[in-house]
Amino acid sequence: MKQRSYLAIEDVTVEFPTKQGPFCALQSIDLSVERGEFVALIGHSGCGKSTLLNVVAGLVKPSRGVLFLDGDVISGPGPDRAVVFQDHSLLPWLTVEENVRLAVDKTAGDKSKAERRDWVLHNLELVQMAHAARKRPGELSGGMKQRVGIARAIAMKPRILLMDEPFGALDALTRAALQDVVMELQATLNNTVLMITHDVDEAVLLADRVVMMTNGPAARIGEDHAVAMARPRDRLKALDMAEYAAARHAVVHFLHERYRNPTVGRAA
Amino acid sequence: MSSLSTLKVVPLRRDDPQAAAVVATPAPVEAVVAPVVPQAAPIAGLAQLWLDRGRSVAASVLPTMLMIITLLFVWQLSCSAPDASFPSPMKVWEESHEVIVHPFKGVSLDFTGLHIDDQGDVGIAAHILTSLSRVMIGYGMAAVAGIALGVLIGQSPFAYRALDPLFQVLRTVPPLAWLPISLAIFQNAGPSALFLIFITAIWPIILNTASGIQQIPLAYRNVAKVLGLNPVEYFLRIMLPATVPPMFTGLRIGIGMSWLAIVAAEMVQGGTGVGFFIWDSYNSSLLTDTIVALLWIGMVGFTLDRIVAAIGRVVARSN
Repeated sequence: MKQRSYLAIEDVTVEFPTKQGPFCALQSIDLSVERGEFVALIGHSGCGKSTLLNVVAGLVKPSRGVLFLDGDVISGPGPDRAVVFQDHSLLPWLTVEENVRLAVDKTAGDKSKAERRDWVLHNLELVQMAHAARKRPGELSGGMKQRVGIARAIAMKPRILLMDEPFGALDALTRAALQDVVMELQATLNNTVLMITHDVDEAVLLADRVVMMTNGPAARIGEDHAVAMARPRDRLKALDMAEYAAARHAVVHFLHERYRNPTVGRAA
Repeated sequence: MSSLSTLKVVPLRRDDPQAAAVVATPAPVEAVVAPVVPQAAPIAGLAQLWLDRGRSVAASVLPTMLMIITLLFVWQLSCSAPDASFPSPMKVWEESHEVIVHPFKGVSLDFTGLHIDDQGDVGIAAHILTSLSRVMIGYGMAAVAGIALGVLIGQSPFAYRALDPLFQVLRTVPPLAWLPISLAIFQNAGPSALFLIFITAIWPIILNTASGIQQIPLAYRNVAKVLGLNPVEYFLRIMLPATVPPMFTGLRIGIGMSWLAIVAAEMVQGGTGVGFFIWDSYNSSLLTDTIVALLWIGMVGFTLDRIVAAIGRVVARSN
């Protein structure tokens, strides 16, 4: 029997029923992620990368194929695969602390109340949001909300952390600050991460591997580029590194030469 | 202007940052006021604060007062002719003096609660209280059943397809059209009045609750799935809080409609209640009494609406 990877996506196809017949979003995807690896999925809008993440999260059932996480078949959503949603998805009627607490109560039910409370605050401190514990999401900026979203996800001690374009809705400076937060967390926690992005710099700076997807429908994995930059990484020093430039080159060529934006291609 | 804006239905959504800001502001004001009271110097500041508050109250109340005075003035002028068919405000005051100044005739309050004299001749407040007690029972049942049915059809597409057409047809039936049916079922005036309130108030409660549940964002449902909330936790932690604003919109429309229904029902059935009072004063050609009763009905209806809205705000904030 062959040794499976920590996360093994095997021959996954996703079809959605539509009025014009089944729409094939993903076609025979095979992807392996090792424990502690940070993988960025990149591709044009509509290429099915969110669908792939939702399949791993268990929110979408594959039409064909199977997924394993640490040897267990993924059959539905669960707190072992925490998701950082693009729209942060904090519950507006709960405070920051209560939002994280809800996740902690579900994943650390065996701990005492005081321990759970401390764990919530500890995770808020990790994303520098402990000062806003009593605030409601409506009082926070977009970047702060997403910090809380990250705290909620890592507080669940997931086996894999799934990030669905986590910084897509943020301005460039806020995005850079949050990327630094993610790198710091990754240095201490060494989570296994699958992150979707459409930002080339973000993918190359954060990830150990950049997985590039072809355009949909029936999207596949086009290229899988390992980013061999040492950690900890620094966004300024990275600019001068040959490996950073090479990785950027590979991704940009894939996205803008081999698989151009489908809407741009049609207009030309 | 601001007095007008308080009349409209204020949405209770709490993901609105402005609503959150409004919630947040009052606390610091008190925090500033409390420590400065014992000292002499900041009294000027305190006076300034009260002056500012007084100004803002005056700014919101003044337009309403002006409007009322103008209305009374125009009404008095247009109905002051000796042969006017409609009584002027002065005439209402003179002829219905007894009704206006002794509303609580026949009502007694002791340690066992409120008692209304059932020997017939009671004040208008007594009739209002009788009507209110009917509304409370009928509306209470409508709220419980309406929220339960709303949750059912909001959650289950099967139940929605089965029941929604029925609800859509029944909700257009006017309250009084239910009266013969209700009398036929209950054979008794008391329960039929309650049924009338119930059947009038329940539809907006059902439909608003259901649409609130159907409009729970996919994001919240995905959060619930990822966190692994069980159905009970989902109901208490996600569905109810997310549905509070539309639910209370339904409850507010419902209380207004049940107040409309009770007056109509009592006019037909007679005996006690503010609807009966109106019918009775009309039959006795006491038009001025009817006008007084109208004012009472309007004020009570307005108060009921405010109370439900206030409960909605408290519930929305606390969970």
